[in-house]
Amino acid sequence: MKSKVKIATTSLAGCFGCHMSLLDIDLRLLDLVQLVDFDRSPINDIKRVGACDVGLIEGGVCNAENIEILRDYRKHCKILVAVGACAVNGGLPAQRNHLDLRDILEEVYQTSPGLAPGSAIPNDPELPLPLNKVHPIHEIVRVDYFVPGCPPPADALWKFLTDLIAGRTPVLGHGLLHYD
Amino acid sequence: MSFLLDGEEVPFIPGQTIMEAARAAGKYIPHLCWDHEFAPHGSCKLCTVKVDGRFGAACTVAAHEGMNVDNRSAELDDKRRTLLQMLFVEGNHFCPSCEKSGDCKLQATAYELKMMSPHFDHFFPDRPVDASHPELLLDFNRCILCELCVRASRDTDGKNVFALSGRGIKTHLIVNSPSGRLADTDMAATDRAASVCPVGVILRKRRGFKVAIGNRTYDKAPISEQPQ
Ligand code: SF4
Ligand code: SF4
Ligand code: FES
Repeated sequence: MKSKVKIATTSLAGCFGCHMSLLDIDLRLLDLVQLVDFDRSPINDIKRVGACDVGLIEGGVCNAENIEILRDYRKHCKILVAVGACAVNGGLPAQRNHLDLRDILEEVYQTSPGLAPGSAIPNDPELPLPLNKVHPIHEIVRVDYFVPGCPPPADALWKFLTDLIAGRTPVLGHGLLHYD
Repeated sequence: MSFLLDGEEVPFIPGQTIMEAARAAGKYIPHLCWDHEFAPHGSCKLCTVKVDGRFGAACTVAAHEGMNVDNRSAELDDKRRTLLQMLFVEGNHFCPSCEKSGDCKLQATAYELKMMSPHFDHFFPDRPVDASHPELLLDFNRCILCELCVRASRDTDGKNVFALSGRGIKTHLIVNSPSGRLADTDMAATDRAASVCPVGVILRKRRGFKVAIGNRTYDKAPISEQPQ
């Protein structure tokens, strides 16, 4: 029997909408699990990514941890895919890019009305350091394929994955290629 | 009189540009700064074709008897895609939050040319919006400097509300009023310039999502299959 394609997925600076869209392929999930095995992914509890055929990345890069995870996925995945607007162009989180990071943190945690007295910008060492700007993933690592959309429609993800698994160059036609 | 466009015969009337003749024949040549209502501007270069082996802008080059024009070749579409990618990273194009999404020519052209990613690093420029006008919003983040609003306001409305200012990468759209604000011009929502923008810069207020995403112009059919 032909061995199954191994897929890992992750969400960086995203909202999990792209993963929800993947689950939205509904009954076709049953077909998909005949063809693939999932490595690290929010839909299971695997903690570290292993050697994989395909890595699906949702979300852009907004902090130091995102960079580390993204590089780890790049290292372990033969094919890396930017899934969704945020991975492709930074998306909603990148709308902070024209603002100064310190100004944002101060306004959110210190100066906006209604905060408890003594509120401060969190600096627990366990919190990943935010980056000055949010980046699309192709600005950090090499990316093999892009599936735009906010989120990409379930049918687009299905078409993309079935093309890829069958060894065809994935093509999204009218109605499946969407930036919104 | 006729010429060949991607090997197909296209008739023309002397004086017509390649673009005008193609439009009359129902053939699509990608374009952004051209609109049949206005004098050609020749700036976006999306309409670049190969005329007997030489590059030319279809919206400005006159049609000639027997010329051989390449339009949708892989070579030209690759170059067009690169131009689009540069337009996308130079501004702030977050389609999911843009009222123009689905009706936008930049986006529709990018779909047509299968632009899967912006490819280049983003500029993420800081371009404040102008919400001063009671009926219109200006979101400069999406301006592609096509000058259609400049031409519409000057040539159709007779008002000269818009202009481009600055040079090279610093070129930007300005509003001709002492304050620089749209509210301080005589622009009206019924002006041609108010509806001419191919992207989501000049927007009617309180219209945003009256037509749901999914039911919009280019959701129905690709731009290449719609009358230009
Ligand atoms: S103007 Fe067009 S390309 Fe730009 S954000 Fe709006 S819909 Fe997208
Ligand atoms: S505002 Fe719209 S019509 Fe005017 S130059 Fe910019 S993109 Fe073109
Ligand atoms: S459409 Fe011809 S140069 Fe813009």
